[in-house]
Amino acid sequence: MSSLSERPAVAVVGVPLPHESAALHVTGTALYTDDLVQRTRDVLHAYPVQSPHAHARVTALRVKPAYDVPGVVRVLTGEDVPGVNDAGVKHDEPLFPGEVMFNGHAVCWVLADTLEAARLGASAVEVEYEPLPSLVTVREAIEAKSFQGTGRQLERGDVDAALAETAQVFSGEFEFAGQEHFYLETHAALAQVDEAGQIFVQSSTQHPSETQEIVAHVLGLASHSVTVQCLRMGGGFGGKEMQPHGFAAIAALGATLTGRPVRLRLNRTQDLTMSGKRHGFHSKWTVGFSNDGRLVALDATLTADGGWSLDLSEPVLARAMCHIDNAYEIPHVRVVGRIAKTNKTSQTAFRGFGGPQGMLVIEDILGRCAPLLGYDPLELRRRNFYQPGDATPYGQPVRHADRLESCWSQVIAGGNVAERQAEIAAFNASHTHVKRGLAMTPVKFGISFNLTAFNQAGALVHVYKDGSVLINHGGTEMGQGLHTKMLQVAATTLGVPLARVRLAPTRTDKVPNTSATAASSGADLNGAAIKNACDQIRERLAQVAGGRLGISPADVRFENGVVRGLSGDGIPWNELVGTAYMQRVQLWAAGFYRTEGLHWDANAMRGEPFKYFAYGVAASEVEVDGFTGAYTLRRVDIVHDVGDSLSPLIDIGQIEGGFVQGAGWLTLEDLRWDESTGDRRGRLATQAASTYKLPSFSEMPEVFNVRLLEKAHEDGAVYGSKAVGEPPLMLAFSVREALREAAAAFGPAGTSVDLPSPATPEAVYWAVERARGGVSWSG
Amino acid sequence: MTTQALRSPALTVNGEVTAIGDVSVHTTVLDWLRDKGLTGAKEGCAEGECGACSVLVARAGTDAPTEWTAVNACLLPIASLDGQELVTSEGLGSAAELHPVQKEMAVRGGSQCGYCTPGFVCSMAAEYYRPGRTCGTGDHGHGENGFDIHSLSGNLCRCTGYRPIRDAAYALGDPTEHDALAVRRHAPPPAPAPTGIVSGEAEFIRPTTLDQALTVLAERTDAQVVAGSTDLGVQVNIFGSRPALTVAIDRLEELREFSFGPAEVRLGAALTLTEIERRLSGRVPLLSQLFPQFASRLIRNGATIGGNLGTGSPIGDTPPALLALDASLVLASARGERLVPLAEYFTGYRQTVKAADELIRTIVIPLPLAPTTAFHKIAKRRFDDISSVAIGYALNVIDGVIQDVRIGLGGVAATPLRARNTEAALIGQPWSEETVRTAAAVLAAEGTPMDDHRASSSYRSAMLGQSLLRFYHQEVSA
Repeated sequence: MSSLSERPAVAVVGVPLPHESAALHVTGTALYTDDLVQRTRDVLHAYPVQSPHAHARVTALRVKPAYDVPGVVRVLTGEDVPGVNDAGVKHDEPLFPGEVMFNGHAVCWVLADTLEAARLGASAVEVEYEPLPSLVTVREAIEAKSFQGTGRQLERGDVDAALAETAQVFSGEFEFAGQEHFYLETHAALAQVDEAGQIFVQSSTQHPSETQEIVAHVLGLASHSVTVQCLRMGGGFGGKEMQPHGFAAIAALGATLTGRPVRLRLNRTQDLTMSGKRHGFHSKWTVGFSNDGRLVALDATLTADGGWSLDLSEPVLARAMCHIDNAYEIPHVRVVGRIAKTNKTSQTAFRGFGGPQGMLVIEDILGRCAPLLGYDPLELRRRNFYQPGDATPYGQPVRHADRLESCWSQVIAGGNVAERQAEIAAFNASHTHVKRGLAMTPVKFGISFNLTAFNQAGALVHVYKDGSVLINHGGTEMGQGLHTKMLQVAATTLGVPLARVRLAPTRTDKVPNTSATAASSGADLNGAAIKNACDQIRERLAQVAGGRLGISPADVRFENGVVRGLSGDGIPWNELVGTAYMQRVQLWAAGFYRTEGLHWDANAMRGEPFKYFAYGVAASEVEVDGFTGAYTLRRVDIVHDVGDSLSPLIDIGQIEGGFVQGAGWLTLEDLRWDESTGDRRGRLATQAASTYKLPSFSEMPEVFNVRLLEKAHEDGAVYGSKAVGEPPLMLAFSVREALREAAAAFGPAGTSVDLPSPATPEAVYWAVERARGGVSWSG
Repeated sequence: MTTQALRSPALTVNGEVTAIGDVSVHTTVLDWLRDKGLTGAKEGCAEGECGACSVLVARAGTDAPTEWTAVNACLLPIASLDGQELVTSEGLGSAAELHPVQKEMAVRGGSQCGYCTPGFVCSMAAEYYRPGRTCGTGDHGHGENGFDIHSLSGNLCRCTGYRPIRDAAYALGDPTEHDALAVRRHAPPPAPAPTGIVSGEAEFIRPTTLDQALTVLAERTDAQVVAGSTDLGVQVNIFGSRPALTVAIDRLEELREFSFGPAEVRLGAALTLTEIERRLSGRVPLLSQLFPQFASRLIRNGATIGGNLGTGSPIGDTPPALLALDASLVLASARGERLVPLAEYFTGYRQTVKAADELIRTIVIPLPLAPTTAFHKIAKRRFDDISSVAIGYALNVIDGVIQDVRIGLGGVAATPLRARNTEAALIGQPWSEETVRTAAAVLAAEGTPMDDHRASSSYRSAMLGQSLLRFYHQEVSA
C-alpha cells in the first residue's frame, strides 16, 4: 500500500459529512460572484451586442448612439484591446470578432451605471452585417468537409480482415444531441483595478489560472499583474472550464479603461446563446460479432460537432475515442475522429468530457444488435466485459476489471433483477397500451487528464501559532464537495479535529499554475497536494514532539488534536504548535503532487493516460405509455466504485446527481437549433428554461438505491479513494436502454429498436409506432 | 431616476418594515431584495421556471386566515408588494440557528452547489407551514408527514438528482407552538395597499375598487393590467417590455368571488390556480386533473385563471378544459358587463373579443357537469412544462349512446378551439371502440398543428387521435 493511499486508524476522511457550506447554502448567505456586486461601490454593468446572424462579416459598427443613452459610460470594442484579441488558448476565438461566427456572438459590450442603461445602450449600438453562408448541422459540415483541429485515429488489430471473417456484421449511423450545462448560476465576473494597476477578478470559473492567463494576454500584462479568485460556483459541470475566460477579460478590460469595478453576468438567454455546450456527435459504424455473441471488431468514425472554434474539442474527441470500448473487450478496433466546424456556440467540456459520447456509441450498438443476435441485452453486455489481463485498444491494462463483474452481480442481487424481469414479462403480456422495460449498463471510465501535464496540483497549508489551520489549494468548488473533502484530508493528515481546519477561497496568488478543476480529478490531485503539505508540517512537528516526549519522531502519532507516542500522555496539538514556533520551526508548507506512471502519445493514440478506471453498474426500470410515448422511471439500482470513499454523503450525492443529469441528456434535454434557411437560421430555439427542460422532481426515479462498492481501496490515490465527479453520469445509459426495451415490447419478440437521443416522449412514441408496425431496423 | 410616491410604499421583509424607496416601477422583487443585500434569492432564469428566487409572502389562506405562499420573486414587481409581508431564506433562520427546513436540507445533503437552495428552502417552508398539511399514509407524491412533493415542482436543481431534497421534505415535523411564522397564520393577511408609484415615465397603481380600475382602463389605452405577473414578468425580464402604466387588479374583491351551485360555478378572475384548486376541492373533476399539470405550484400560487385567459395564448392550459366545460366569461368595463361564451372568445393568435378597456371579471361554468371528463396534456416533461397539445373532454353517455360531448383543444392552432368535427362524429353514436377509432381519425385532422422545438406537427396530430383512444380506454377499463 502506498503511503498516499494508507488511511490512519483514526481518520476524518470516510466520515459522512454534509457539504462544508451547507449552513450557508440553506440560509442564503453563501456568496457567489454576482452577490459581491451589492458589496462593491460604483459598479458598472456590462451588456453584450449579439449577432442575429449565424455567420456574417461586420461591415460597420457605430457605437455613438449608445453614448446618447443616459448612464452609458463606455462601449468596449476590438480597438480597446491592448494585448491579444483572443478569449482562448488556440488563438481562434477573437474576443471582439470582425466576422461573427454564430447567432448570438457578441460583437461589442456596453458598460453603464445600471444594467437597464447597459441593455438600452446595447440596443442602441448600430451594427451592419454582410451575411455569409453558414453550416448549422453536423451533417452539413461533414458534407462541406468543414473540419477544424487535428483529426485522430486509434487502431488495434486488423479490423478489415476481422470484419471479413466475422459471422455477424452490422452497420449503422447514429447522430445524437449535445447538452446544455444549465448550471443554475450563469457566467459571472467582477473585475477591479487597484492603485498599482493590479487586476483582481472574481470569476465563476473552474480554471482560475487559465482565466488569469487569458485576462493577462488580453490586457497585455504579465500573469503576476492579474489575480483571479473563485469563492464558489453555482454549478459548473465543465461549462466553466474554458468559457469564463472571455467574460472575465471583458470585465477586466472595462475596469482597466474606466477605473471602476465592472460586473458582467449573463442572463439565462445570453448564457444559453453564447456559451458552449456538450458536443453532439455523428457516428458511423460497422461492428462484427462472433456466433457466441462476442465483439470481434469495430470500425467507427466519430465526428464531434465542435461549433465555431476549437476550444476543448480536441481533448474531448480524444476522450470519446478512448471510451468507445466502455467496459468491453474488442480485439480489433479502428476509430477515426474528427471535429466539425459549424456556426454554433463553441462546444466545450461537459461532465464526462467526450467519454459519454464515445460510450453511448457502443451501448447503442449493443442495444440495437442484441435482438438481431438473439441475445438478452444483459447477457450480451456481460459476456463482453473486460477480464483481468485485458488491455484497452490504446494499450492500457484494465486494472481491476473484475470490479465490473462485482458491481454487475451486486446490482442483480440487490435489485432483485431476475424476479423483476419475470414480473415485467408478465406485466407486458397482460397490458396492451403500457409496457415496461429493464436494462443494465456498466461504466468504465478513465481517471486523469488525457494530457499528462495537467495531472499536477499545488496546495498551501498554514498552521498558525494558536494551532488553527488554514488550507489553500488550486481546486474550485462548484457543488461537488471538493472543499469538504479537502478539509477532511487536512484534518486526517494533521490528526486534528475538523473544526481546527479552515479553507480559504481559491486564488491564483496563493497557488499558481493550477489545472482546471475537471476530469473528476479535483480530489485526487488537490487532496494529494494538501496531504503532501500537511505531511511536511507533520514531520517537522514530529521532531519537536519526539524531543519533548523523549521518543523517536517515527513513533509520534497525531490523533484527535493530541500528539503522543505509542503509550503515555500526549501533548495537545495547540501546545505543540506553540512550542514549535518558539523553536523557529516552519509551520506552513507548500504541497505539490504529480500523478505518477502516466504516459500518452497523442499522435499515435497510445499509452497509459489514466491512473486508474472507475467502475459502476446501473439497472433502470421504466414504464412507457403507448398512447403518447411518455414514460416514468420506476426504479434505479446502482453499485458504484469510488474506492475507499473520502466522504460518503458527498459521493452518493455525486452519483445520484450525475445519474439524473445523464438521464436528462439522454431522454429529456433537447437542444434545437434553427436549421431552416430563414432569417433565424442558426438561432438556438431552446434558449430559455421554458423551452430547454431539465429533469425536475417528476423525472427523479421513484425508487433510487445507490450503494458504494465495498473493499474498493485504490492504491496510489489519496487515502485509497477514487474520483467520482463524472463516471456516474454514464450510468444513465441504463435508462435509455430500458426505454428501448419497453418500446420493443410493443412489437413482436426480437424487435430491434432504433432510438434517437434524446429519447423524448415524441421520439419514444415513434419508436413504439415502428415496433408496433413491425418495422425493425436492421444493419 | 426620480421617484414620486403618492404615499410612502413599504413592505415588511423578514419582520422589518422596509421602504420600497427610489426604484423603477419595473424593478422585480428579486432585484430589489438583492439590492437590499438579501442576496439569498438568486436569478436562475428570470421567467419563473427554476424557482431559485422563491420567497414567501403572506396571503389569504383557504385553511387559515393567512398562508405563507411561495412565489417567484423574479416575476413580481416590488411595487405589487406594497403593504405586504415577505420572508426570505435569510429570514427563516441563520447558520447559528437553522430553521427546521434548513436543517433537514443541510444535514441530508440537500445542497450541493447551493445556488438553487434558498429557493428550495422557501418553497419547502411554504409546504411546511401549509395549514392543510396533515399526516397521511405516504402515498405517491406525499410523505408520511403529508408533505406534497409537487409543492417543489417549480424548483430546479442541477446537482443533487432530488433524492436528498425529497428525503429532507419528508422528514419534516410540525411547526412548534411558538414558531412566529406558524402563529402569524392565525391573523388576517395584510390588506392590499392603495399603491401609486411614479418613477420616471412609468407608473404603477393599485386601485381599490373595480370601478376605479375600469375608469383607469377607459382613460388610458396604454394601461397594462397585472395580476400574478407570471406572464407580464416574463415580458419585462426577457422581452424588455416596459409598460408606461401598470394596473394591479389581483386584490380587487370584485374579481375574487367564488361560488358553487346550484346552477353554475362562479370563479373570480383574480383567484389564483392554487386558490381555485383548494376551494373546489375536487368538485370539478376535469379541473382536478388539470391543476397538477398547470405549470408548477410556484406559478399556480401567483397565476390567476383570468390571466391565463386574458393573454389569449393558444397554449394556455385552462382553455381546453374550460371549453369542454362550456364556460363563459363575464367581461366588465366602465360601459357595463357582458357574458361571452369561451368558445366565442378567441379570435386569433393572442387576440380575443375582449376590448382594451375590459377586464375578465368572472368565469362561469354551468352545472350539472358532464359525468365523464378528462384532461390530457402532452409535453416533454411530465410536470411544469408548456403543452405541445392539450385536450379537455366532457362526455355524457346514456344507455351506451353518446348524448353530448365537448372537446377543447390547445396547441393545435392559433387559438384554443372546440373539436367540432370530432364532436359531430361522436354525438348520437354508440360509445364503442369502433366509434372512437373513427372519431380519432377525425380528431387527428382537427386544427393546423405546427412544427416547433416542442413537438413536430405530425406528433401533435398523432397525439390528438391517440388522446381519444386513451380516453376511451381509460373510461372502459375504469
